[in-house]
Order: sequence, then structure tokens, then C-alpha cells
Amino acid sequence: MTTKSPDPDPAPGPDNGTYQSISESTTYQELRKRFRSFVFPMTVAFLLWYLLYVVLSAYARGFMGTKVVGNINVALVFGLLQFVSTFLITWWYAKFAARRLDPAAEEIRNSASEVRS
Amino acid sequence: MTGTGVLAVSETTHRTISIALFAVFVAITLYITIWASRHTKTAADFYAGGRQFSGLQNGLAIGGDYMSAASFLGIGGLIALFGYDGYLYSIGFLVAWLVALLLVAELLRNSGRFTMADVLAFRMRQRPVRTAAGVSTITVSIFYLLAQMVGAGALVALLLGVSGEGAKIATIVVVGALMIFYVTVGGMKGTTWVQIVKAVLLMSGALLMTVWVLAKYNFNISTLLGAAADQSGEGAAFLEPGLRYGATDFWSKIDLLSLGLALVLGTAGLPHILIRFYTVPNARAARTSVNWGIGLIGTFYLMTLVLGFGAAALVGSSVIREQDRAGNTALPQLAQELGGGAGSWGGSIFLAVIAAVAFATILAVVAGLTLASSSSFAHDLFANVIKRGTASERDEVSAARMAAFVIGAIAIVLSIFARGINVTFLVALAFAVAAAANLPTLLYSLYWKRFNTRGAVTAIYGGLISSVALVLVSPICWGGPSATLPRGNADAIFSTEITAPIPLQNPGIISIPLGFLLGWLGTVLSKEDTTAKATELEVRSLTGIGAH
Repeated sequence: MTTKSPDPDPAPGPDNGTYQSISESTTYQELRKRFRSFVFPMTVAFLLWYLLYVVLSAYARGFMGTKVVGNINVALVFGLLQFVSTFLITWWYAKFAARRLDPAAEEIRNSASEVRS
Repeated sequence: MTGTGVLAVSETTHRTISIALFAVFVAITLYITIWASRHTKTAADFYAGGRQFSGLQNGLAIGGDYMSAASFLGIGGLIALFGYDGYLYSIGFLVAWLVALLLVAELLRNSGRFTMADVLAFRMRQRPVRTAAGVSTITVSIFYLLAQMVGAGALVALLLGVSGEGAKIATIVVVGALMIFYVTVGGMKGTTWVQIVKAVLLMSGALLMTVWVLAKYNFNISTLLGAAADQSGEGAAFLEPGLRYGATDFWSKIDLLSLGLALVLGTAGLPHILIRFYTVPNARAARTSVNWGIGLIGTFYLMTLVLGFGAAALVGSSVIREQDRAGNTALPQLAQELGGGAGSWGGSIFLAVIAAVAFATILAVVAGLTLASSSSFAHDLFANVIKRGTASERDEVSAARMAAFVIGAIAIVLSIFARGINVTFLVALAFAVAAAANLPTLLYSLYWKRFNTRGAVTAIYGGLISSVALVLVSPICWGGPSATLPRGNADAIFSTEITAPIPLQNPGIISIPLGFLLGWLGTVLSKEDTTAKATELEVRSLTGIGAH
């Protein structure tokens, strides 16, 4: 890359006007909405779930120490549930993205490259 | 630290095997590095490994970059000594990956090129934002690097039974020289393969030990926990939160929350993790690699749980403490015990294997950190700030190689000076800076159209400076008795007498909200409008149009 344009690190692809028009298309608006309405609530949910765990570890030590089975107590189960929820969310998002996000993104990419060529 | 080594009886046996195994690892990785150098021609090869790694390969490399010796030996040791409280760390380290997966990985892959600053500076005036992002990248990486290298120096003394300052210095120099070689010669391609080899070794070693420990207790977790609690001398309290963060007053609870916040929000702002997403061909592969990464890292932390409790049950907390107060040798001691105990051949061999895995772990992590900081120096500071975008690709890569050499040399010298200091706090500090300076800027850039140059600069410097300043006034530096450490801190850096003005050991709970607040404040105080570029960044990041 030896270009001397005023933008020090130009990225390949169409010009800014093209992005503006893509951003107004319904396919794009739909993709943006689907993405945000999955990841934002999910982020809030897993952060609250994690903070609940940390707060209980700090302030509810009696409850966390309650035995469930044998030597296994609430604290241990709660911690293991954090692993389970992390694995589940990862799996869920992978399914969701492959089904609901990837095809839409590909459609927008394809139509953008058709316009250019 | 006693400096007499884990093994007293057959010290030479295990030392010889350990060094031989480690030499094999070094030989293999050097060969890979030289092979990689023949396939490194363009800047994209050097910075991003040619973007040709598969999701699985990069997922292994993510594990290799992330599972440091602090995770393996440190968390295992914490669990062995403090029981349940060590577990808190591993959960924070794992859940953090959801932030990276959902909010950052794919968008960064789509819209960035080589460094974190590519995304942060996309909408902004290049020079101020690149400078700030470069400074923060290099600071975070050097903190983390020092923690690893000083740790390596201390470990060799413990694991190989070599005492004396000469051995520590020699280890730091060898580790530093190898990491400089991997990065300058092999670039991202060589470094990624080193991570992959290390990840496979670490997972295999941990799996073998885990199955072994579980077999001893007939695969009954409850029996294992009971034995650990009995041996610890703490009874049921060993299995409950509170031993490590035991003082029950206001500040120590705040400190625990603060640590939890930095752990969960830091990962998605660690530069050496972020640049991993550029090594795959597209956003979809970036997602697959995080999925593999989460699977590996989660499995690994579940295993450290078994290993930590296993060490407490089979070795015993007092024997571990005798060896190393911080518990860093708990897992090697467990390996020795599993192999047949001190003085036995099996014990020596297994101890040697785990010690060699620990060194491989350290080497791979420091190489990743050196690469992240030298990439940022060359691509952000040299090419875009100093040369204002006029540097050729060839010059940029030469600058990156030179930077790796200089940063590596600085890290070696600093580590030698810092070898007597307990530097484990630097890992937590690196996470706090990543969460307070990098994450707000990254999230605002990707999701907030109003965000602008002043907001980015105030968030980065504000998060960075406040995190470091809070540590400078904390019990880590001033060791007088404080609310979080009622008995004082004998390892304090500046003074063991004077009491710290702020008893928090983890700055996150103040600096992370401050970083977000300053990013917002800086933005609304500036009239700059980046909406057009913001729309472009958003479309690029979501669709992958124009991706490198």
C-alpha cells in the first residue's frame, strides 16, 4: 500500500455515498434490527446474571454455603451454572447468526458488488 | 519462596527431563517460526498471518493466547489454597468471552485491518486517536508481559530447583530472546502456530491430570471436595466464598465486585486478543473461532477447578504453602504426587512434563503480547502518526520488527529490575485498563453515532490514567494495614508502613464507569460530527462490505 491520499489508511470498497444508500435500504435496516435486538438484551442478561453471582458471593455467603448434595453447595452449583449459561448463549448465538444474520449480510454484500461492477 | 525446588530427592532427574522436554518444544517452535518466515511476505502476512487460519485453528490460538501461566498455575494455586474464591477468577475470565463474541469480534473483523486502533480511529481524526490507542495498547501489553516474564523467572527457580538470582535473570533473558525471535522472524503466522502447539499441549496435560485426579476419587466430585476441605484445615469454609476475600467489611466486598467487573469487561479490550480476529478470512470464521475458544477455555477452567481441589486434597495446603506462599507450584506438586510422589520416577517424569507445559504456556503468551504491541507501534504510531500514512508496506513491517526487538529488550530489562516484586497485580491491572480505556472507546465507536474524536481521546486517557493512578495509591504500593488487608501487605512496592489512601486493590469499579463517563462527556463537549463515517463503519461492520 503506497497510496498518498489524505486518508492515512484507506479501506477498500465503495465510497461513502454508497454506504449511506445501503444503510437506508430495508434489508439493511432489518439486519441491523435483528442483530441489535439479539445482542443488546442478551448482553444485559448475562451481565446481570454474572453480577448476581458476584454480589451473592460477596454479600450472601451463608446462602451460598448451603449444602445441596453431599459436599456440593449452592456456590459451586451457581458457578457451574455460569459455565452452562455461557456455553448455551454461545451455541444459541451461533445458531441465530447462521440463520438470521449471515444470509442477510451476504445478500447486501452481493447487491453492493453488483452495483459496483 | 524456599528456592529448594519442588523435589529434594530426585531433583536432577526431573530437572534433566524438564529441560529436555522444554528443549524439544523450543526446537519445534523454532522450526515452525522459520517455516512461517518463508511464507511471510506482505504486511497482511506479518500482522494477520495472511488471514488464512481456519476457525478451529484460530480458536486454539485464542486459547493459547488467553490461558496464561497465571491461569494455569495461578488459578490452580488459588483454588488449592483458598478453595472457592479461586473459582471466581475463572468464571469472570470465561463469561468475559460473551462480550467479545456478541459485541466485538465479528464487527472488528469486518471493519478493521491490523490493529485495535483501525476500528477506534475509523470515524475520527487519525493522529490523536491512533496515538491514544497506541499508547494504551502498548501499556496494557507491557503490564501483562512483565507479569508473565517475572513469573517465569520465579517459576524456574521453583520448578527446576535452581536457586539464586543468576538463574532468574537467565530465565528472563532466554524467555525474552525466544519471544523476540518468534515475533520478528515468524510474525503472526509463526506466533499463531506457537499458540496452537501450546494450546494442544496445555489441554492434553490438564486433561490427563484431571482424569487422574477424578479416578482417585471414583469420579465422585463430592468425595473430592470433602477430601479437599478436610486437608485444607478450613473445613466447609474452604468450599464457600470468603477465604481469599475474607475480611467482611465494606471495602473488601467492593474490592471483590471491582475485580469481578474488570475480569468480565477486560477481555474484549485486550489488544493481543483483538488482533487474533484478523487472522481468519471473514466475520463468520471469527465467530467460529470464538466459539471454539469459549469451548476450550471453559473446559480448561472446569479442569483447573478439579486440579485445584485435587491439589488441596492430595498434596495439602500446608505442603503447598511451604513451597510457595502464593500457591503457584500447587499443580506441579500435584503432578508429582499423582506420578508416585517425591523421589519416585513417575513423580519426577510427570512433574517434568507439567513444568515444561508451564514454560511453553509462558512463551506463547509473551510472544502474542510482543506482537500486539509492536504491531500497534508500527501500524498506529509509526505509519499513521509519524509518517501520516505515507510509509510503504515494507517500511511498516520493518518498523514492526524493530519495535518487537526494542519492546522485547525493554521488557527483559524491566523484568530483571522487577524480579523481586510480586507482580501478579499487573494482570488484574492490564484487565482493568483494557476495560476502562479500550472497551468504552470500542463500544462507543461501533454503536454510538454521536461519538467523536474528543470522546475517544478522553475515554482512553481517562480510563488508562485513572486505573494506573488508583493502583499507585492502593495497598499494592502502600503496605500499611488497610481495610482490605488488615494485616498489611509485606510485598508492598513503596512502603510497608504507610497506609494506602484508598484501600481498593482493584481499580475497576471506579475507573471503568469513569472511562465510559469521560467518553460521553468528551463527546458532548465537542461539536465534531462523525455521522457520515459512523454510518459507513456500521454498514461495513455488520455486512463485511469492503472488509480486508
